[in-house]
Amino acid sequence: MTSQEQPSPFDSPALLSLDRISLSFGGVKAITDISFDVHQGEICALIGPNGAGKSSLLNVINGVYRPQQGTVRFDGTESRRMSPHDAAHRGIARTFQNIALFRRMSVLDNVLTGRNLHRGSTWVEQTFRVGRAQRDEARQRRYAEIVIEALDLQRVRHSVVGTLSYGVQKRVELARALAAEPRLLLLDEPMAGMNADEKRAMAGFIVDANEQFGVTVVLIEHDIGVVMDLSDHIVVLDYGKKIADGIPADVRVDPAVLAAYLGTRH
Amino acid sequence: MSFFLEVLVGGLLAGVMYSLVAIGFVLIYKASGVFNFAQGSLVLFGALTFVSLVERHVAPWLAFAATLAVLVLIAIAIERAVLRPLVNRTPIVLFMATLGLSFILEGAAQLFWGAQVHGLDLGIDDKPLQLGGVMISQFDLFAAATAGVLVIALSLLTNRTRLGLSLRAVADDPLAALAVGIRLPRIWAIVWSLAGFVSLVAGLLWGARLGVQFSLSLVVLKALPVLIIGGFSSIGGAIAGGLLVGASEKLAEVYLGSLVGGGIENWFPYVLAILFLLVRPAGLFGEPAVERV
Repeated sequence: MTSQEQPSPFDSPALLSLDRISLSFGGVKAITDISFDVHQGEICALIGPNGAGKSSLLNVINGVYRPQQGTVRFDGTESRRMSPHDAAHRGIARTFQNIALFRRMSVLDNVLTGRNLHRGSTWVEQTFRVGRAQRDEARQRRYAEIVIEALDLQRVRHSVVGTLSYGVQKRVELARALAAEPRLLLLDEPMAGMNADEKRAMAGFIVDANEQFGVTVVLIEHDIGVVMDLSDHIVVLDYGKKIADGIPADVRVDPAVLAAYLGTRH
Repeated sequence: MSFFLEVLVGGLLAGVMYSLVAIGFVLIYKASGVFNFAQGSLVLFGALTFVSLVERHVAPWLAFAATLAVLVLIAIAIERAVLRPLVNRTPIVLFMATLGLSFILEGAAQLFWGAQVHGLDLGIDDKPLQLGGVMISQFDLFAAATAGVLVIALSLLTNRTRLGLSLRAVADDPLAALAVGIRLPRIWAIVWSLAGFVSLVAGLLWGARLGVQFSLSLVVLKALPVLIIGGFSSIGGAIAGGLLVGASEKLAEVYLGSLVGGGIENWFPYVLAILFLLVRPAGLFGEPAVERV
């Protein structure tokens, strides 16, 4: 797939803009002066060696960390002080590097927590099953089922998450994030620790999420093969700095990227 | 036979009183996975505030509302000053924080209301009722009915609402709960307020029994075997555990006590709890740990 064959997402407006973000922990600089745009509808991959600042950057986007400098603009509004909770309200959902699921709850309940922000009835109504509560509950379950089906989780719907295999848990986490009907989905190493088949399946689900649910995706991934196939746009970080930003075909041959990954000849 | 029934019913009703205290623990345990050591202090604080207001000629319903308001404020303050800075720390850290909290609450109660013993009259006769040849304390019946209403209300709230789902989510993984848009501070404040409410009810009933005094905060010690037997994470378990503890300690006292010279009522529940720990560590209704290794 080359960039000429598909409609380029670069033409659509930027959904997410990072402008000169710098983040440090004490004296340690995690991110230095990083700017890039993520356009509506694209799959953007953040790559780079370990410790390059990828996860930190994701944490800045959804408000876990507050950068010392720079601004994050999401959907046209700029924010300096955003909490993870605000981020969720504004349509940013995410998954975590070390799976942060509710382990003692069923798959369905996990997915339903993703619907938390879409509840249209009050506690009082829910407690006594009056007013909007019943219709609301049915609506949430219906949407949860759509997501569960899309990610092929029907068979484990009622299983307790802690008992499922790692690969399936990763999928449940994606399901929970999608259930929130996000506009932007942040995936922190969605394929880490998977074998080739599982990776291919996961890549398929991410593409589905992007196309079927229309979410813009920012993901971190180490498997360069997967990244090249999957993404429309790649941002390469090294030592907290951006060293490349563009379509896969260009990034693949970028000398700075090759140097960061393979080392330079001295 | 009727003597046996009388002991049994008396024990069960006493057990309800233990359950009332245990429910407060369960609420907080469910929402944060923490054994809240300060629960007994909340019981004391609530009862002492209520009784002191009533002694100052505040109408009882107003005193109840005012005490509840104070407990809600305390819940919000606890969330701000204790839970928020300790987010995502291990349960033992939070447990230690609640230990400190219990001293602060007891100290504050003493500071505001003094250390003397207060009598509390809820206006319920403690005359025994004759029911089918069995003597039953009216007060115990009232306490049991109160507990019943409380349990039904709480279980509707936690099983049917998104609050219940959020509670479990927060207990399981606070960070993930934040990421799906659950308002942690609000959930915690609500849970501690609910626990405050339950402890106020327990404090009033226990206070009417024992007098409102500092030993009231020690009723938590009786709640401990109840929780171990019933399971820390189940309101139904707290009820079942309470009934079991109440009934067994009374029956053991009456039928086994004479064999060892009596006085076994006080320690029998702990023996029972130890047996449960050996055989069924999660308790009757607790969630056993599920882990894929």
